[in-house]
Amino acid sequence: MLYTVHHQTEYIYSTSVTLSQQVLHLTPRHTLHQACENHRLNIDPMPAEHLKDQDFFGNTSDYFSIFNPHQKLIVTSAFRVSLQSRLSLSNLQDSLAWEQVKSHIKSAPYNQNDAVIYLYSSPHVKCSTALAHYALISFTPGRPLIEATFDLTQRIYQEFEFDAEATEVSTPLEQVLFDKRGVCQDFAHLMIGCLRSLGLSCRYVSGYILTNPPEGAQRLIGADASHAWVSVYCPTYGWVDFDPTNSCIVNNEHITVAWGRDFSDISPMHGIALGGGEQTLNVSVTVTPEALINA
Amino acid sequence: MSSLFNQIPYQTEHFNELLDQYGQPRAHWTELMQSLQSESDAEMQERVNAVKRQVSENGLTYNVYGDISGLQRPWDLDVIPFILPESEWLAIETAVTQRATLLNHILLDVYGAQSTLINDTLPPELVHGHAGFLRPCHGLKYFDNVALHNYAVDIARAPNGKWWVVADRTQAPTGAGYALENRMIIARTYPDLFRDLNIRRLSGFFANMRDSLSHWGRLCAQKQQLHDASILPLSQGEQPLIVILTPGPYNETFHEQSFLAGYLGFPLVQGSDLTVRNGMVWLKTISGLKAVHVILRRLDDDFCDPLSFKPDSILGIPGLIESVKRELVVIANSLGSNLLQSGALLGYLPDLCHQFLSEPLKMPSVATWWCGEPKALEYVIANLDSLVIKPAFPQIHDYPIFGEDLNTEKRTLLIEKLCTNPQNYIAQEQVNISQTPTWSNEHYPQLHAQSVGLRVYACATPNGYVVMPGGLARVAGKKDSRVITMQRGGTSKDTWITSEHFTQSKSLLRSTTSSKDLIRGNTYLSSRMVENLYWYGRYAIRNGQISNLLRLSLRFLLEITPRIRVTEWPTIYELCTWYDLMPNKMPSTDEETLKLLKIAVFSNTQTSLSSNIQQFFHQAFNLRERLSNDHWRTVNQLSQQFITINQQPTTNETFDYLDSAVKSFSAISGFALDWMTRDEGWQFMSIGRRIERLQFLCNTIKSALTMPEDSNLDWLLQLTNNIVTYRARYSARPEWLPVLDLILLDDKNPNAVTFQITGLIKYISEISRIHATFSYEKDLAKCLTNLQSIDVDDAFCHQSDTLIEWLEETYTISEQLSDQLSLRFFSYTDTYKPNFA
Repeated sequence: MLYTVHHQTEYIYSTSVTLSQQVLHLTPRHTLHQACENHRLNIDPMPAEHLKDQDFFGNTSDYFSIFNPHQKLIVTSAFRVSLQSRLSLSNLQDSLAWEQVKSHIKSAPYNQNDAVIYLYSSPHVKCSTALAHYALISFTPGRPLIEATFDLTQRIYQEFEFDAEATEVSTPLEQVLFDKRGVCQDFAHLMIGCLRSLGLSCRYVSGYILTNPPEGAQRLIGADASHAWVSVYCPTYGWVDFDPTNSCIVNNEHITVAWGRDFSDISPMHGIALGGGEQTLNVSVTVTPEALINA
Repeated sequence: MSSLFNQIPYQTEHFNELLDQYGQPRAHWTELMQSLQSESDAEMQERVNAVKRQVSENGLTYNVYGDISGLQRPWDLDVIPFILPESEWLAIETAVTQRATLLNHILLDVYGAQSTLINDTLPPELVHGHAGFLRPCHGLKYFDNVALHNYAVDIARAPNGKWWVVADRTQAPTGAGYALENRMIIARTYPDLFRDLNIRRLSGFFANMRDSLSHWGRLCAQKQQLHDASILPLSQGEQPLIVILTPGPYNETFHEQSFLAGYLGFPLVQGSDLTVRNGMVWLKTISGLKAVHVILRRLDDDFCDPLSFKPDSILGIPGLIESVKRELVVIANSLGSNLLQSGALLGYLPDLCHQFLSEPLKMPSVATWWCGEPKALEYVIANLDSLVIKPAFPQIHDYPIFGEDLNTEKRTLLIEKLCTNPQNYIAQEQVNISQTPTWSNEHYPQLHAQSVGLRVYACATPNGYVVMPGGLARVAGKKDSRVITMQRGGTSKDTWITSEHFTQSKSLLRSTTSSKDLIRGNTYLSSRMVENLYWYGRYAIRNGQISNLLRLSLRFLLEITPRIRVTEWPTIYELCTWYDLMPNKMPSTDEETLKLLKIAVFSNTQTSLSSNIQQFFHQAFNLRERLSNDHWRTVNQLSQQFITINQQPTTNETFDYLDSAVKSFSAISGFALDWMTRDEGWQFMSIGRRIERLQFLCNTIKSALTMPEDSNLDWLLQLTNNIVTYRARYSARPEWLPVLDLILLDDKNPNAVTFQITGLIKYISEISRIHATFSYEKDLAKCLTNLQSIDVDDAFCHQSDTLIEWLEETYTISEQLSDQLSLRFFSYTDTYKPNFA
């Protein structure tokens, strides 16, 4: 599948910002299943300095700073991407029992084992017995990893309600688990917490998803948002992605931008502003299948 | 003092620092003990008092977190030093050098090739599961491969006489400055002994620290020049810019930070004083941005850059990591060094020492089990009674728990906690650490044996580590002799390393200063410092005037009968209300007035003199490193006086307090005039002083002019400090014309309006010379011309509209001047807001 992606972040300030320094994680990764071309990043006003780097997790990050007073900041990221189909659930039947996966990760040689990076608590994901208890309902003794993880994905989808008003970036996992509501980011963090609390390795993936419009309805520009899901380490198949917000195994409708331990490692844009008064944020994401563009 | 030794019982379960197994003092203690024994009790008491006085006068404090009123908790320093012979010290020195070298290797490895993880000499969990492992720092490069610039280690002596390591301090070790201050005080206390015993000096250690940082600063300056051709190279003799980064005055060791800044001659800065531009770190000064070469930080790793670490930290410098990645600034200690400050690491050090240094670890650590290893956890649970449980990582804030203290219920809870997050805890063997004589005045004066621990300091030089010959000895507090921490009440000691021969203490790097190295003028004044100096100047004058005004009011009330004072009193009262010292409505009785005046002096309300003095103290606290010791002591003593006031001061006591305040503020003026270098900072302070005095004079004269015509003008001369001059010139009762001439026009009179304005013009023109014109010079000059052109015979009289108008206008101009100064020179120091999308 071919898509074009357009992601715009706009800040409007009530008074002048005299200094702005921002870090972006907006450049899509190249993976086995994903090839990107023609990535363009546009920053308005033009930054005084702009540096590109690769972070610890292998993502591309951009650092920029603006010293000229401004009342509006617009960052646009656009690219074309082609996605290959991944293995479906029926092709992932041979995973090890989850307890075996655990010991496999511990014993694998360090330099061939990036699973070890994603085993522990991180700023937004604190492992806990409560999370382990919640996970254990799906992770029954001897159950194959993929099957158990998919079961957990479905449970989160069924038991939790999508509610954009319920949480903020800082809402702790215990509260999400208690209130049973949140957004894709919360569900991803929750699922990561469940798996890590069992001693499994799990990472946070940020990117975009093609939101299917209701039958007969026009695709709404900007209706799609930036999305998040999880990736679980399985010795047999490598990293396998699950999307608890949509109750599915990731196939060819998820466009990967970056991955890390949790949101804090790879937030699309974060930074500081000096001055500015009240700030208003508008984010819009458009993912258009190539077929529609041609039509 | 003959029975000194009898006071120290010999206990076999602890090593006794003073006595050997026969109950005799060890050789290195004999001279001190003999000297103490030959003294009378009174002499010793005098010594104890002298130490206490010095601590209080130097304002040595230690802040307790979460307690703003605890800002001034005095430092506890014992009169008896802790003594070690050089022979024994050399072994400690070698071991600490080795350990610092080893830890530096580990730090370079974990943030570099990670061979320790690949070889399995370090469990990955201790790195990836440690909140102190900062991923953005992976792959950083370091000048001369030094990442651990300053290191401290807590050691203690086991019953068999051997020293053990209890904990490592690798992030921003504290206490070296306190050790130096302890030395300064204790050395004064035993001047003869100190000379005779050849005690090793500490100054060489700090010279090494300064010179090594300068060395790396110069390497960094070269990188900066390659990075940006517009940056000028350091001229010969020019020092690289090294700053001390502080979390601010509420940090527990702020006093030490400001002391070290003054001692080492490095500006003390907060995160908001620095900014990252074009990949470099800059200090915001009043003359623009100055490139920073080295940051000696007292700020925790994860607070240093909100863009890379804790996004809500407002103490840090956004973008700092970008500069560090490009080697355009040196951070000491390097970002991420907190990783090694983990008790979990201790068990792995012997093997790591073989791996990196091919030799055995010279000083063992207290037996430590990291519960993250299942076998260790099992052992810990089985042997809880003889163990102390501590957090494995500094990010986990938990007090040490002694297994032996727990009842069944608490024990079960602890075991549950350990099993849930085993990787977060370590267990250490509970060691009976050695005991050393300590002075106590409780019950009756005597020596006590107290548990002692020693913090030893090392700093990196391009030629390897050097160790401070001495250290910060700490004895346990009364409550729990098993815990040694200043946070929970303990006492510190000066540590003496006695030497057979006198050793010159010198830096390994420094060459002698030549005339080319001479520095004139401090070019590194941060905007924040200048703002502080400006307000320090203003508040010094304001408080002096308030004290004077209150004293005058009290005198008026008590010494002049109501019938006589009725003409002037309303005006004086009005001035008191102007400073919010008295309520707007005048009290009906003298008794009530007296009561209110006392409240104005002593109460806790925001506008009282007492509160003003405390605010002034905080202002001075922020400038600590710019003030001479005597200057600082005067401020500190004054503030102490007002803190320790008893409940119901008598009228006489009130007079005494006011006298003392007036005197202190004139002493402070003296320090400001004669003791401070007249650099730009001084000019800003002087502008503050002149503006404040000008406003006071304008206001006071204006009020006086509205009094009834036959009013007595003595009070006006007294309040404006002009009475002596007036009486020397005129013998008659004060009259309007000569009084106004003296207070307004006399440009030789430091208490006259003209004098303030000419001073302001002078300082502002000097500032304009460097920072481009600042328009107020002209306004003030015009003000002065206007005053001089007023017809004296016609207008220098009671109720003069011309004068009142002029005074009001001048007052407004001074206010505008103050606002413009803020906008122009101070506004750099805004705080920023984080954003997320």
